[in-house]
Amino acid sequence: MTLAGLSLAYLRARPLATALNLLLLALGVATITVLILVTAQLENRMGRDARGIDLVAGAKGSPMQLVLSAVFHLDAPTGNIPLAEANALAKQRFVKKAIPLALGDSYKSFRIVGSNHEYPAHYGARVADGRLWSAPMEATLGAEVAARAKLAVGAKFAGAHGLGEGGDEHENEPYQVVGVLAPTGTVIDRLILTSVESVWEVHEHGAPAGAPKELTALLIQYASPLAAAMLPRMVNASSSLQAASPAYESARLFRMIGVGVDVLRAFGVVLMLAAGLSVFIALLNALEERRYDLAVMRMLGATPARLMGLMLLEGSLLAVAGGIAGLGLGHLMTEALGAALRQAQQAAVSGWAWSDEEWWLLAASLGVGILAALIPAWRAYRSDVAPVLAEG
Amino acid sequence: MLSLKAVRHRYGAREVLKVERFEAASGEHWLVLGPSGCGKTTLLHIVSGLLRASEGEVRVGNQLLAALSGAALDRWRGRTLGIVPQKLHLVPSLTVLQNLLLAQSLAGMPADAARARAVLAQVQLAERSAARPAQLSHGEAQRAAVARAAVNRPQVLIADEPTSNLDDANCERALDLLEAQARECGATLLIATHDQRARPRFRQRLELPQ
Repeated sequence: MTLAGLSLAYLRARPLATALNLLLLALGVATITVLILVTAQLENRMGRDARGIDLVAGAKGSPMQLVLSAVFHLDAPTGNIPLAEANALAKQRFVKKAIPLALGDSYKSFRIVGSNHEYPAHYGARVADGRLWSAPMEATLGAEVAARAKLAVGAKFAGAHGLGEGGDEHENEPYQVVGVLAPTGTVIDRLILTSVESVWEVHEHGAPAGAPKELTALLIQYASPLAAAMLPRMVNASSSLQAASPAYESARLFRMIGVGVDVLRAFGVVLMLAAGLSVFIALLNALEERRYDLAVMRMLGATPARLMGLMLLEGSLLAVAGGIAGLGLGHLMTEALGAALRQAQQAAVSGWAWSDEEWWLLAASLGVGILAALIPAWRAYRSDVAPVLAEG
Repeated sequence: MLSLKAVRHRYGAREVLKVERFEAASGEHWLVLGPSGCGKTTLLHIVSGLLRASEGEVRVGNQLLAALSGAALDRWRGRTLGIVPQKLHLVPSLTVLQNLLLAQSLAGMPADAARARAVLAQVQLAERSAARPAQLSHGEAQRAAVARAAVNRPQVLIADEPTSNLDDANCERALDLLEAQARECGATLLIATHDQRARPRFRQRLELPQ
């Protein structure tokens, strides 16, 4: 009969209190786990999606909306920009690379993006099947689009107006799938790529004859560090365009989300502390119930340190079990959230990821358990057994 | 084997125990008799090292108890003594067998389930080894407590009021059980009781005055 066996026996003897304490601790740990996993994966994902894009130029409006729509494909664009102005900007000496984007349509909530071959190349995408588009109304699909929309090379589909489901379908201008990209782990996986000309062709019927061509945004890579200081100011001051920095806007977004994340994290910490308090009360009550047990154990040869160890181990076992259950629950909740996001064709998070912060969370729950057991353990250590046995 | 010399114990100014000289040889069975409040339990606690005598010298075998302290005293108690407390107090969340294994573990002895089962068989509890204390009758619980005290083959077996609240037949059975286990272990038996029914059975008696 080891100390751990004895602690487990005591925990099993109080199933309801043990289960409630476990649940409380698990809920606190699970809440924080979800936040850790979601924020880590979103930051990681957004970092990968924005890598190598120093500036986005688009129609005037909210710079965050421009970045969310053009880089992460999460929001509606701020509007369109004249092709002539976009071309003039792309020729600036501060610009190393400028990738044009033309948005407006979607298929089953997957965005159709008109661009050139530099766009998939920017994300290191390679063709898994077929080829990249070369003529108008040809489309190359991101890996996730092909899998979820069940489209393969040779298939035809009609885009719908707008970026969500329910828009009018452009049935007279069907796209033909000519290729499918291999998974990249970036935003490209969720996009349908075609030429800018295809987007113009689909939309030219409603436009007045001779209307100037337009783009939605330009993704720009700076030619030199000096460009970071000069180009945004130049764009914002001297044209009808707006310049937005993905790095700055992402950081701003996380600062804004961060307040909510911090509130939820504090809620998780409060749950964990409440669990610690509950474990403390349970152990203190158990100490009172077990004063004769502890005295008998001393009588049988247990040292005070061993009795202290027993109480600490009981608190620790409860905390570690609650911590592990909480991590498991947190991963399941994250996976459920990820499944819901995948259903909405949004950037997915996965419950099957692991963050190093979770080790700290496990250590913190163990700390809560030890802290909760410390006073009962000390009282067990200090207890005078002779008067207790004499009471018998 | 067990000796007390000029042992006195006081709570504040009140003296609760006074034993000038007491010696029990190995294997002897002693009855410590006296009315309630005469210091019987105090004497048992002093012999088992749970209480330090205010004055005097206590030896068990060659061991002077005053020379031991802290963890060493606890370990010595677990290995040398077998104690049956008045209210038995088996650990309720453990089975009967686990209570015996716990006694082995707390005394720092290697786990010996065969020995524990053998002792349970000696006290006719082999069939009840998986029962929890709450499922035992008083007689079974008392046998389990004796088995727990005997499982480490103690040099001294101590029982505090083992016959209180028992009818005559069960009183005899309890004393039979303690004597049988003491003989089996070759231990000195020390029974503290106020129950005069035990008196005729023991030739060696330590009578404590009120």
